[in-house]
Amino acid sequence: MDLNLTKDQETIREVFAAFFEGETGPIRARAAEPVGMDAAAWERLLETGAPSMGASEAAGGGGASLADLTVVATEAGAFIAPLPFVDHAVTTRLLDTVNACDDGMLAGTTIVGLALCPAIDGIARTVPSGAAAHRVVAIDGNRLVLDRPVDNPSAGHLANHGCLPLAHRDLTGAEVVASGPDALAKHARAVDEWRTLTAATLVGIARSAVDLGVAYVMERKQFGRPIGSFQAVQHQLADLPGLVDGAGLLTSKAAWAGDRATVDGLAGEPGVLDVDSNDVTDFVALAAMALVAAGEAATTATDRSLHVHGGYGFSEEYDIQLYYRRARALAYVLGDPARECRRLASMFPTPFVYASEAGAT
Amino acid sequence: MDFSLGDRAEFFRDEVRNFLAEHLTTEVVERMHSTGTFDDKDFNVALAEAGLLAGAVPGYGDRDPIELYILFNELEKAGAPYDGLAVTMLVAGVVNAVGTDLHRDTVLPQLLSGRSSCCLGYSEPDYGSDLAAITTRAVRDGDEWIIDGQKMWTTMAHEAEWVILLTRTNPDVPKHKGLTMFLVPMDTPGIEVQPVPTMASERTNATFYDGVRVDDGCRLGEVDDGWAVMGIALAFERGVMGGTNPAVPLLRHVRSWAAKTPAPDGGTILNDPLMLERTARTAIANQVSQLLTLRAAWIAATGGLPGLEGSMAKLYATERYQQTVRWFQQMAGAEGLLSFGTDGAAADGWIDYDGRHSPVTTIYGGTTEINRNNVAERHLGLPRSR
Repeated sequence: MDLNLTKDQETIREVFAAFFEGETGPIRARAAEPVGMDAAAWERLLETGAPSMGASEAAGGGGASLADLTVVATEAGAFIAPLPFVDHAVTTRLLDTVNACDDGMLAGTTIVGLALCPAIDGIARTVPSGAAAHRVVAIDGNRLVLDRPVDNPSAGHLANHGCLPLAHRDLTGAEVVASGPDALAKHARAVDEWRTLTAATLVGIARSAVDLGVAYVMERKQFGRPIGSFQAVQHQLADLPGLVDGAGLLTSKAAWAGDRATVDGLAGEPGVLDVDSNDVTDFVALAAMALVAAGEAATTATDRSLHVHGGYGFSEEYDIQLYYRRARALAYVLGDPARECRRLASMFPTPFVYASEAGAT
Repeated sequence: MDFSLGDRAEFFRDEVRNFLAEHLTTEVVERMHSTGTFDDKDFNVALAEAGLLAGAVPGYGDRDPIELYILFNELEKAGAPYDGLAVTMLVAGVVNAVGTDLHRDTVLPQLLSGRSSCCLGYSEPDYGSDLAAITTRAVRDGDEWIIDGQKMWTTMAHEAEWVILLTRTNPDVPKHKGLTMFLVPMDTPGIEVQPVPTMASERTNATFYDGVRVDDGCRLGEVDDGWAVMGIALAFERGVMGGTNPAVPLLRHVRSWAAKTPAPDGGTILNDPLMLERTARTAIANQVSQLLTLRAAWIAATGGLPGLEGSMAKLYATERYQQTVRWFQQMAGAEGLLSFGTDGAAADGWIDYDGRHSPVTTIYGGTTEINRNNVAERHLGLPRSR
């Protein structure tokens, strides 16, 4: 049991917190609207080597663990970086497993993205990084495909709530990189990694939303004193740190489980999913749990933070609305969290059935 | 980060689970619910004899707070009587930290044997959250003290051998600075216990202190330094000693019930869409509650004082528990109203039980409002608001 980041992860955190603060943040996020892609910041990100971080060392990548990537994704969320870091990282890792991750992808000059849901009629719909990625990996039938390169992906951007780089992608002429049950399983693993890293992004968004709310209530005066001195305002904010830290811990646990579940691309330690005694180390379950919990933490934190901003929170001028819209976009882009919950519950083991005469035990 | 408990802690957890499989009998659980006394001496003695109790004292023995957390978490998840035991072990921790040699040599072994237990004499009829304002007086008389006053919510007082008593020894200084803590035998003349029945099956008490004479040796900590002793007790308590995973047995019993309850369209209600969603949300909240609690234990294990983290765990866990109870109470309808041992009771009566018990969890051990004040002031840096 150790809840500290490793020394290396501490360094990663410091480096990327500084990077995202300097190269992204609310001003840049505004400038990157409505597409949600900052090409200049991505150019700078290439210099850090971040795009190849997640791929294996054997393939020429950085060999970072899911836990390491979680640290970066959280900082990206905290500064609402308009960059497809998460999608690129999980997609390079997926392509790596089918030996289809090329040098451009590793360098980040070819941005790759992931279609989360199977294609319908040859179209991968609402791909989260579809308006930023040059190439998108999708499931089409029982095949894992890589679509034809798109030079100007932002042309296909779909205007949306959170200014995410959403686009539909036409899979006509796509290259088949794998097929069959193994391909589907690899894609499912990539989507679980996306869940985990998106949860981390949401945790970062939630943390910043709390900070913005606290700063505002200390600055804004009504009735002759800061509104942050009123208990009714304080208590709306006081519920949030536990909610956000809890989601952060669950996300870190999911990443830890994901790193244990595969070692060098092979099956690692099997997880446990015993909800009846609250023992859960299964990656697939934890990834779903983390996304639901982080989505709720981010939507709640941005909701309360916006509310204590009063009318200014609703205005475009203040930053909280940027966080508010991105929290919802990332929490819902994979689908209804209630459906995610039902999917999770369907993985639970058959309950132990007590004999009705067993009484209270 | 590493979320595995480690070999040693896992071994300890298995020991606790094996113990529970053998000793947590239907009789023990039924006795607990029929008497409303969530403390069972025979069960406690068995725990002590299995060597599981000595390590349960915070700051004493060779177990770390992670193992302390494991012990109480396993007891809570299993639905075992542990409320009284948690208080006793908490007091044992305080005795170990600030007690005299005499306390450590005489009281501690009794508490650790499971044969002796302790109750908390903090709250009074007029002072709950504003605890430092309590008025029970202790006046020095030579080598003795004379205590007069009344305490409220002294749960287990009718069974306990000891009460840890917060008293006012100096009314002329700011309220936090005139308090002194005592550890008083419950058979001292002048102590009277009156039951306070509750809407749940658990019983609590009011206790009355009329000219209670105790030796100065009963004092815990320095004169007028009782607030610091309270601080130690709270730091031990928060998060680590149960109370943050109450929805685990509820979920287990609800799932069991759902799996044997036919759905109108065939199959069972376990696969009802709303049941799937709510069981999943409960399982998620249970994981988060566990992690927030484990963080508090881990901070304590690595030498910190997890006061704030304990507040966060309690706030989250208790609000979620109440929400879970509301969901399942609604979904179970009439059968959910039926009590333990009743024919047709949903979840074997646990929904009724948790429906009665859950309201107190956002009140006792520090109300939601006090915990929010704590987080607002000490974590978010907002001004004091009262």
